[in-house]
Amino acid sequence: MKARVTVYPRREILDPQGKAIRDALSRVGFPGVEDVRAGKSFEIQLATADPAAADRELKEMCEKLLANTVVEDYSVEILAGDRP
Amino acid sequence: MKCGVVVFPGSNCDHDVYHVLKHVLEQDATFLWHQDESLKGCELIVLPGGFSYGDYLRAGALAALSPVMAAVKRHAEAGGLVLGICNGFQVLLETGLLPGAMRRNANLRFQCKDIYLKTERTGLPFTRKLREGQVLRLPIAHAEGNYEDFPEALDRLEAERRVVFRYCTEDGEVTAAANPNGAARNIAGICNAAGNVLGLMPHPERCSESVLGNTDGLALLAGAVEVARGAFSGTSGAAAGARR
Repeated sequence: MKARVTVYPRREILDPQGKAIRDALSRVGFPGVEDVRAGKSFEIQLATADPAAADRELKEMCEKLLANTVVEDYSVEILAGDRP
Repeated sequence: MKCGVVVFPGSNCDHDVYHVLKHVLEQDATFLWHQDESLKGCELIVLPGGFSYGDYLRAGALAALSPVMAAVKRHAEAGGLVLGICNGFQVLLETGLLPGAMRRNANLRFQCKDIYLKTERTGLPFTRKLREGQVLRLPIAHAEGNYEDFPEALDRLEAERRVVFRYCTEDGEVTAAANPNGAARNIAGICNAAGNVLGLMPHPERCSESVLGNTDGLALLAGAVEVARGAFSGTSGAAAGARR
């Protein structure tokens, strides 16, 4: 099944990239943008068909490699259409 | 006593460090490849600056998982000396040998210039030749040196006196204006609890010879070399344990 992992800077931490993007959006005509967090997204194809096992495995991947939990939060989702 | 300079794909300060160890400090020095599973008898290990694995995912994240780092970790845990410079510091953070993490510089710019460092902790192998409060001028060259950790972790680091260097003014004042990258509490370098592992963003190997116009960096490697030579020619249990 296919899954998406997203990794973002923790809320408590200043995100310089997100802030620069927010300022740039304002300059190209979107002054209403209040906040931008710039993160990363991973699309992961898994062999398993068990969503619970996939969820567990994806979270472990985040803790071990995909995210640095000192400065980043993560979320995992099984992509629609791949649900049993 | 042998010094090992670890080379990852993308390291680019490895030869500079090797040169200082071999030709300035006249030590036996060798390169260690990221695939090596042993440190080949090296007692002082340096993780050099550069862009290991192209900084893919996060600076230092993939290098931290390379075979040589498992050996470096064992060496460090046994009391062996490890110095991480710039990307090497990032690798030490990602390996968990030092706490915290790096974020992009607050101003989003790659910073390449000389900065001033205040010596906050002396008496470590790397700082034994420095005076408390001594101000050093060292070059930095990085885009991700914005040191960060949870507030309570930073407090613990301070309480344990593990902040070794802070960015400061020429006169040694620790100010926001003297902070080139937004690092929490102006932190430029930290050590582990035992003091045998040091990571710092500035490049001591780039200012260790008078021909380069600055020798402020030499004391760090010279101090570590002295300790490694002394410790390993002796018969203390800790030193014997660190040999591998």
